[in-house]
Amino acid sequence: MLLIPCPWCGPRDEIEFRCGGQSHIQRPEPFDAVSDEAWADYLFTRINPKGVSYERWLHVFGCRQWFNVARDTRTHEIHAVYRMGEPKPDLRGVE
Amino acid sequence: MERYSAWRLFREALNGHRGWTPAWRSPSPKRRYDAVIIGGGGHGLATAYYLAKNHGMTNVAVVERGWLGGGNTGRNTTIVRSNYYHRESARLYDFSVRLYESLSRELNYNVMFSQRGVITLAHSRHDLEVVARWAGAAQLHGVDAEMVSVDEIKRRIPLLDTSPSARFPVWGGLMQRRGGTARHDAVAWGYARAASRLGVDIIQNCEVTGFSRNERGRVVGVETSLGPIAAGVVGLAVAGHSTVLADLAGFRLPVTSYALQAFVSEPLKPVMDTVMLSLATGAYISQSDKGGLVIGGGLDLYPSYAQRGNLPTAQRVIGALADQMPALGRVRLLRQWAGIVDVVPDSSPILGETPVEGLFINCGWGTGGFKAIPAGGTLLAHHLATGEPHPLAEPFGLRRFATGALIDEAAASGIAH
Ligand SMILES: Cc1cc2nc3c(=O)[nH]c(=O)nc-3n(C[C@H](O)[C@H](O)[C@H](O)COP(=O)(O)OP(=O)(O)OC[C@H]3O[C@@H](n4cnc5c(N)ncnc54)[C@H](O)[C@@H]3O)c2cc1C
Ligand SMILES: [Zn+2]
Repeated sequence: MLLIPCPWCGPRDEIEFRCGGQSHIQRPEPFDAVSDEAWADYLFTRINPKGVSYERWLHVFGCRQWFNVARDTRTHEIHAVYRMGEPKPDLRGVE
Repeated sequence: MERYSAWRLFREALNGHRGWTPAWRSPSPKRRYDAVIIGGGGHGLATAYYLAKNHGMTNVAVVERGWLGGGNTGRNTTIVRSNYYHRESARLYDFSVRLYESLSRELNYNVMFSQRGVITLAHSRHDLEVVARWAGAAQLHGVDAEMVSVDEIKRRIPLLDTSPSARFPVWGGLMQRRGGTARHDAVAWGYARAASRLGVDIIQNCEVTGFSRNERGRVVGVETSLGPIAAGVVGLAVAGHSTVLADLAGFRLPVTSYALQAFVSEPLKPVMDTVMLSLATGAYISQSDKGGLVIGGGLDLYPSYAQRGNLPTAQRVIGALADQMPALGRVRLLRQWAGIVDVVPDSSPILGETPVEGLFINCGWGTGGFKAIPAGGTLLAHHLATGEPHPLAEPFGLRRFATGALIDEAAASGIAH
């Protein structure tokens, strides 16, 4: 069972949250110049790391805010929590 | 290698079972094979078997990081059915069910395929409409599927609470009589033994750590924990580790790895002789020949490579079943575990070419690829041996994500396994 530190509410039980998948995905632009391959990558292709994953989470049964979590997919250990729009934290030595 | 038979069993029994020999050879790897298959799960082993049997390619190795069937093949809840919604899927999975029907004889290994039927429950008027549409589609594709009434469901599953006040009222259901279960380990071991008998090398405890490429970028072999192995062609069938191997080969896949859990109860007297899936809760249950109730449900809630599963999902699955079958409320669980499944956006497999020449893939079966093992092996073997996709595999190429020709079974049937 995970205890997830929501940036607004503090540590809460994982059942209050929903994982929204990989974060920091940029929509390719401009729309009419994007190839089918690049669009398919944007929609479907994911890094799926075995190790630290940078992902979006929603505190759905709490403050209803989105935020980012750096979480290890092998152990589920949470290394960092940071707000939407912030860059990935520097986790050298952890990854 | 000896044939298995009732007579043989009798003779060995007289002899104190001292005469049995290993079911497959365990050689050290040769320096070169015509084909190397990565992953000793059902799909990898079946691929090797059909390469030898259907295409006469016997200079073949299966390279497995751990032990045979130690991935999802030995962790799944063994439901076999083919009542999928889309024509491409129905054809693929029904081809597999037909191979299952003769598999024990074909492999000279009892895979205990038991066509006890699979019943999918509808819990509302809307569920019932979904199920009716689904049954119609399956019938159009030539797959047996029929609507069953609440009375018939009650007769087949006396444990189920079908009363009007039930927490999950039952409105009817969909049944595939040819569906059922098989013994998972036996499928892996049966293919391994039959492949080994035809000359395939089965190499366990050998992890693939990289690919060797020629100057044109074509894959010409694999790097392993037991040293390099050259290969004419390479097949990849590693389920939840597909993107890990794709990263090593330098391409990306639309695959996300999740934990899927299973549970087995203490052995009980026979209480259920069919397989039940619930559309409302996603939970499903059958009873093994040893008497254990085999239970599963939905995926864990976030991507994972940890083969253990988390508590909220376990509670949801078990809680749902206790609501639906109140008589089981006090049954104790014996074991719980998880496998790492390879989930694709349209819940259909990815079969065939990769962006890397010489490397072919079989992945994306997600929560439902045990039933597809005989088909998956046949199709990958066909592609490796002939260089062309098998007609049944063609719609399932990686290119469908760019062309938009998705085969969306997640939206169509909305149920796993
Ligand atoms: C709990 C659970 C319940 C399920 N229930 C059902 C069901 O009822 N019906 C159904 O049809 N399907 C079900 N499935 C899905 C089914 O189990 C899988 O789709 C199927 O077994 C996949 O087979 P596979 O051979 O592709 O993969 P696996 O059996 O996982 O084999 C892949 C192998 O690759 C090996 N490997 C990984 N990396 C490397 C490497 N670097 N080098 C060498 N080897 C490597 C692994 O060790 C593993 O043995 C279930 C799965 C789970 C986890
Ligand atoms: Zn919050």
